[in-house]
Amino acid sequence: MTREELTAFVLEQVPDMKAGTNKQFPECIVSAEQINPLTKVLKKNPSTKMDYLFCETAADRNDGFHIVYHLSSSVHAHCLMLKVILTDKVNPSIPTVSDVWCAAEFYEREIFDLFGIRFENHPNLKRIFLEDDWVGYPLRKDYKDDFILER
Amino acid sequence: MYDFSPFIDSINSFFTSNFSPFWASVLLMLLLGIAILAFYAVLGLYLVYAERKICARMQNRIGPNRVGPLGLFQTIADLIKLLLKELIYIRNADGFLFNIAPFIVIVASIMAIGSIPFAKGLQAIDLNIGVLYILAISSMGVIGVLIAGWASNSKYSVIGAMRSGAQVISYELSVGLSLLCMIVFAGSMQLSDIITSQQDGWWLLKGHIPAFIAFVIYLIAGTAETNRGPFDLAEAESELTAGFHTEYSGIKFAFFFLAEYMNMFIIAAVATTIFLGGWLPFHIYNFTAFNNVMDYIPPVFWFFGKTAFIIYVMMWFKWTFPRLRIDQLLALEWKYLLPLNLLNLVLISFLTLMKWHF
Amino acid sequence: MEETLVDIDFKEKEEYIINMGPQHPSTHGVLRFETCLQGEKVKYIIPHCGYIHRGIEKMSESLTYPQLLHLTDRMDYLSAHINNEAVALCVENAMEVEVSDRVKYIRTILAELSRIASHQLWWSAFGMDLGALTTFFYGLRDREKILDIFEETTGSRLIQSFITPGGLMADIHPNFQRRVKEFITYFRKKLPEYDQLLTGNVIFRERTLGIGYMSKEDAIDYAVTGPSGRGSGFHCDVRKLAPYSAYPFVQFNEITYTEGDTYHRYLVRMKEMWESLNILEQLVDNIPQGEIMLNLKAIKAPKGEYYQRVETARGELGVYIVSDGAPTPARIKYRSPNFSNLFILNKVSANHKIADLVAISGSLDLVIPDIDR
Repeated sequence: MTREELTAFVLEQVPDMKAGTNKQFPECIVSAEQINPLTKVLKKNPSTKMDYLFCETAADRNDGFHIVYHLSSSVHAHCLMLKVILTDKVNPSIPTVSDVWCAAEFYEREIFDLFGIRFENHPNLKRIFLEDDWVGYPLRKDYKDDFILER
Repeated sequence: MYDFSPFIDSINSFFTSNFSPFWASVLLMLLLGIAILAFYAVLGLYLVYAERKICARMQNRIGPNRVGPLGLFQTIADLIKLLLKELIYIRNADGFLFNIAPFIVIVASIMAIGSIPFAKGLQAIDLNIGVLYILAISSMGVIGVLIAGWASNSKYSVIGAMRSGAQVISYELSVGLSLLCMIVFAGSMQLSDIITSQQDGWWLLKGHIPAFIAFVIYLIAGTAETNRGPFDLAEAESELTAGFHTEYSGIKFAFFFLAEYMNMFIIAAVATTIFLGGWLPFHIYNFTAFNNVMDYIPPVFWFFGKTAFIIYVMMWFKWTFPRLRIDQLLALEWKYLLPLNLLNLVLISFLTLMKWHF
Repeated sequence: MEETLVDIDFKEKEEYIINMGPQHPSTHGVLRFETCLQGEKVKYIIPHCGYIHRGIEKMSESLTYPQLLHLTDRMDYLSAHINNEAVALCVENAMEVEVSDRVKYIRTILAELSRIASHQLWWSAFGMDLGALTTFFYGLRDREKILDIFEETTGSRLIQSFITPGGLMADIHPNFQRRVKEFITYFRKKLPEYDQLLTGNVIFRERTLGIGYMSKEDAIDYAVTGPSGRGSGFHCDVRKLAPYSAYPFVQFNEITYTEGDTYHRYLVRMKEMWESLNILEQLVDNIPQGEIMLNLKAIKAPKGEYYQRVETARGELGVYIVSDGAPTPARIKYRSPNFSNLFILNKVSANHKIADLVAISGSLDLVIPDIDR
């Protein structure tokens, strides 16, 4: 599917979706509660068949945490970028997509570890890189510890 | 020619004529013990050296070349290092068993060396059940391995020891049966008798294809029994770090290490004695000129030459093959080698009955 | 007698848990597999990573683009050129500049050389995992030739930081082309030796054929890319899917097998070395003339989000840059191939023997610093 078709398809599923400005991939900004049902449809539907989640990550931005999903299809080879903006910066939480793609389980653990974003219904939400008793979430912009070098 | 019996007899008579019978035997035993231990140590060190050189040759390397000419003293330096190293005491280990295990392993291999005939008359003890004795003694080493694995209180060690136990007990059968094949030919279990029976040709050459099959099976099973080569599952370093001797250090580790090489020597020496005519020179039937030349080479050289060849083959295995998996290892023994061996035994018994061998 | 935690666990659940790693010969680095055994059989494994987590992504947020490039070498140190290339391409893409064909050709040659070098090291270590110790020396002997080429041109052997946003650090050494051509003829003769030593070996085939089956669906679901994914029939070669640098100019095949076992993951890498040699042969004689470094005033990505996929020796490396237009990125994420490849291990190796676990983790070709970053 082309860029326009993909955005149209997502718009059909999620009417209040906002199109992003990314030049490389078609970008769709959806809300947190829509992400799980939407990705399930995107994976199942034979015309999209987004079975390959090649990247899921987060970014700490001024307007909240952006959770970014990069999807691709092993059949059609088209790519799509989904974005969820979590405005709650203290206790951010979003439904998991690990029931859609197994790979997401570990991407989400990494995001939880470094950003402190809780994934609801995640089977095993533990820290993956840092120790279990680590205080704080290092990739947040307001993270401070005794050893960090300020420039 | 080159008969050692007069020399041995003269030592014997020296002791018996100068001392009371009790003291004579005690002193003889002491002398023998020292001789075997010295031989054991030197041989063990140079087998390690040989292995390192051969494996280096196979791996595009030079190998030890710094200590002494051609690195000849490298293993001695290593031994000194191991002697000086701290013996680490493992907390929660069973101290008594932990300490005794390396000795069991090494004593088993020392005892087995005693009955190997190096040349005519050059043999510590010529038992009438020599083959059985060697089999029995060399399989005692596995008890040491099992104890070592259990007493270390390490999970890797236990797995290694259990593997080793399963492996040695299985392959013991094949070693025994393939030797039994040759005993059927020779009609005796006494090692000197077996060698005398090969006066007119080695059993490997006289015994047609069955003898060859028995030889190949013996080599495979023997390699497996020493926990070497493609069968080094007990100490598979990529899986179990070092298996049963993971927790050992210093000289206790050296004992295990040395015992492995000496077991290899024993396996090769038994193969030489039983299949390749021991210290007998190579003779071609009725080719007197050639045979006379061969006779001039001392039997000790013949013995060590043949043994070295078999050791080389075993090292060659080790440095070319990947390691087997435990279930494949046991399947190889119980599904292939053992039935083949039993069939071979029947065949050889038939050959011997009909007097079809040369 | 003191009881350790693991002992108590063992008594209560009757499970035999061994920790493979963080210092263990078969994990090739500081990774720990909490392995639950039943006899020799593996019931499940839990990978624990983070032993070499250096916070590269956090560090990069306070570095400019040419500076943070040097950290990428330290992720997958066996394909350092390709990591550099990923960042360079992503930044160039963001700045909407294009490097000259000469730079593209040289980048691709260096990338393919590092792919071969990486596969050689993998082959050596894989043999060691299976107990064939000799392979290590044969692999390293030939890898040395590539490292010598790298050393001559880039001044460094392992982590080069040679490919930068905007071009290359320097022009190639005058000997470069000759030595690459020499290497191609040399290695074409040596590759059959690899097959003789390991591929055709009966024990090797017994140990790997049918072991560690990974279905195509699993590979896609767990996002297993690179040769490991292609061994299961997942067409995931970024060089074909989204060609970059000089890959549009060359002919090569994407190696895939559908069997998905350890042996076919092995074969993919062996065949890939041949393909890389073909790519090198097509490129090395035709390096065009051109600028080595673009004349850029300041290297910084404009405001926006950028993603670049490249194919490293182990799979798909993604670089995701979120920029505010400052000289430093607001967020940089490396989607490392090994991170995704690691977690299929539990599924693939369950109900196999311990020895198979070693073989399977070897066939996934994990580089631990790339997992932890």
